[in-house]
Amino acid sequence: MNIIALIKQTPDTAKLSRTLNGLQLMADGQPRIVNPWDEYTLETALRLKEKHGGKKVTALCLGNPESIEALRTAIAMGADEAILINDAALANADSLGTARALAAAIKKIGAYDIIVGGRSAIDGNMGATAVQVATLLGVPMLSYVAALNAVNGGAKSISVVRAMEYGRETVTSTLPCVMTVVKEIAEPRYPNFMGIRKASKAVIPTWKLADLGLSAADVAAKVTWAVDLPPTRDTNVEMIQGSPAEQAKALVDKLMAAKII
Amino acid sequence: MHQNNPMSTQPITRNSPAHAMLRAAVRDFVQTELDPHAEHWEKQGIWPARDVLKKMGDLGFLGLSYPEAYGGGGADYTFNAVLLEELGHAVPMGATLGICVHTDMATPALAQHGNEDLKQRYLAPAIRGEIVSAIAVSEPDAGSDVAAIRTRADDDGDDYVINGSKMWITNGAQADYLCLLAKTGSSGGHSGSSLIVVPTNTPGFSVSRKLDKLGLRDSDTAILSFDNVRVPKTNRIGEEGKGFQYQMQQFQRERLAMTLMSLGSMERCIELTKKYLKARKAFGKPLGHNQFIYFKLAELISEIEALRYLAYECVSQYAAGQDMTRLASMAKLKSGLLSRQVADMCLQFHGGMGYVEEYPIARYFRDIRLWAIGGGADEVMMEVIAKYEGLGPKGK
Ligand SMILES: Cc1cc2nc3c(=O)[nH]c(=O)nc-3n(C[C@H](O)[C@H](O)[C@H](O)COP(=O)(O)OP(=O)(O)OC[C@H]3O[C@@H](n4cnc5c(N)ncnc54)[C@H](O)[C@@H]3O)c2cc1C
Repeated sequence: MNIIALIKQTPDTAKLSRTLNGLQLMADGQPRIVNPWDEYTLETALRLKEKHGGKKVTALCLGNPESIEALRTAIAMGADEAILINDAALANADSLGTARALAAAIKKIGAYDIIVGGRSAIDGNMGATAVQVATLLGVPMLSYVAALNAVNGGAKSISVVRAMEYGRETVTSTLPCVMTVVKEIAEPRYPNFMGIRKASKAVIPTWKLADLGLSAADVAAKVTWAVDLPPTRDTNVEMIQGSPAEQAKALVDKLMAAKII
Repeated sequence: MHQNNPMSTQPITRNSPAHAMLRAAVRDFVQTELDPHAEHWEKQGIWPARDVLKKMGDLGFLGLSYPEAYGGGGADYTFNAVLLEELGHAVPMGATLGICVHTDMATPALAQHGNEDLKQRYLAPAIRGEIVSAIAVSEPDAGSDVAAIRTRADDDGDDYVINGSKMWITNGAQADYLCLLAKTGSSGGHSGSSLIVVPTNTPGFSVSRKLDKLGLRDSDTAILSFDNVRVPKTNRIGEEGKGFQYQMQQFQRERLAMTLMSLGSMERCIELTKKYLKARKAFGKPLGHNQFIYFKLAELISEIEALRYLAYECVSQYAAGQDMTRLASMAKLKSGLLSRQVADMCLQFHGGMGYVEEYPIARYFRDIRLWAIGGGADEVMMEVIAKYEGLGPKGK
């Protein structure tokens, strides 16, 4: 079984001021991180290999040249190979354009059984790309996967648990498939030092659109965005003194005075 | 150290992608596996060495610059330096001191001079994080004056029989083995002692008590007692009578390790203070807008950076297999002096909040105070530096 992990590098939104420019979070000069949801993506891919008879994990990332760092982290955690898709024409791609490039790269990689992605990326927060990849590849899509029940590479079948608002669903599907995973699936591991050394020496190829048989027109954005931010509000911190009982009473008084309760 | 190859033609770098990745991984480990437990460990007066070391061993963090033959990373010392600097950022400084004892104080002599069997039995499991180690040098009547130790390891056929006591031993209450400095033979002073690996399950060994301390309360610092403790002579590290010399070498690494950790810890203290000074207002403006305050911080930050580059030079010298005693003693002295100043000024700028335990500064102030005493007091560093400079009665 060959597993492909879709990894995105994002700005660290926890450290960003609230400036938005159309689609993209402005994050110039800010440290970039592996999309936190994709730490679960990678952990799932690695577990599919280690516990469910997988053969190889390839980490695939569409991003800028700095995204190589996210792919190195993937190798440090245990991915066997990593590939970056980078092309100037992809700079403003929407999720459909991104999915087209990813699907073309997956076809170029060739043999694949399970493609794993995160539930969404913390910058765009669309959660659409993986679904579009599944559609373009013509394979089933399993979203919000919270647990792996059984995976059978020989019989080409998989059974997973989906975490839904109303409860849990057990879903069985044929392979190959695309799945997106949520936090409950598994605690991501830390990279160990051996992995770090391997990653620091790894050669990570970069594929351009031409390598994927695509043109700029194929990936041009079809969706445009305008974002309205709520006005910033001044916040005031007030420390309430006293014993716990006095503090609780004072807090309730203040909340009632402010008509919050 | 043998793992550092002075003949290597490869230049030593501190800033490769591997260093950056290791830094990020250790930072993540500190924030998720250590910091959340800081208060609990402090209250219980001990850190769970076994759990923490096992996790770190699994990640390969405990033997970064030890040979691969014993499960180490086989990397140069610059990687270990990254580990220590990042551990310095942790809130539970007693736990990180305990980790640092394990990686940089109780194992270097064993790795360098120990026989093969001893290394397989103690170094390899220490690197895997399966056993906890401690360095037992100081005694009630011999701290700065290491040559004055009285604990004896008497010759008895194939064994040593050890009697005496050790004081202020970090990890002392939970260590599986000690790297012990004891008198062997009859000659006094520098030539009559040896380093010996003593498993703590040997009959006659006991932990007299855990010490109640000003700070680093999450670290178990103990008084140890030896009553006819019998260990085979094969547990001796290197040659008999060379213990003092080996320990002086081991101290160099210990002093550099403490300096590197203090860099991370001072940085954390300054960050906490910057944040506080932005939020706290007095006389109609943020506290941090007072020139005295921001000038003082600018000065301290400059000194921290100066110390950082002195420490990095020591790291480079050590990684290249050179003797760094002179510079490492200066770095340790500066670390002891500066960390006291940083803690004191940062506490001052927190006002009453600096004095209460709800804010992390009070704990930092107590914890960092050891740096001017442990691993050789400031004055002992001054003595070493003076000797190099031809000053005082011992200067040539
Ligand atoms: C929390 C903690 C953890 C420790 N962990 C360990 C450990 O794991 N293993 C271990 O072996 N030891 C450990 N120690 C012991 C530590 O190394 C000694 O306390 C230290 O070396 C100082 O020795 P001393 O306490 O005997 O002080 P003393 O030697 O009595 O010196 C007292 C003071 O006198 C001054 N002084 C000393 N010599 C001179 C001089 N020549 N000239 C001028 N002034 C001088 C210094 O200011 C010094 O602080 C630890 C200590 C503490 C507090």
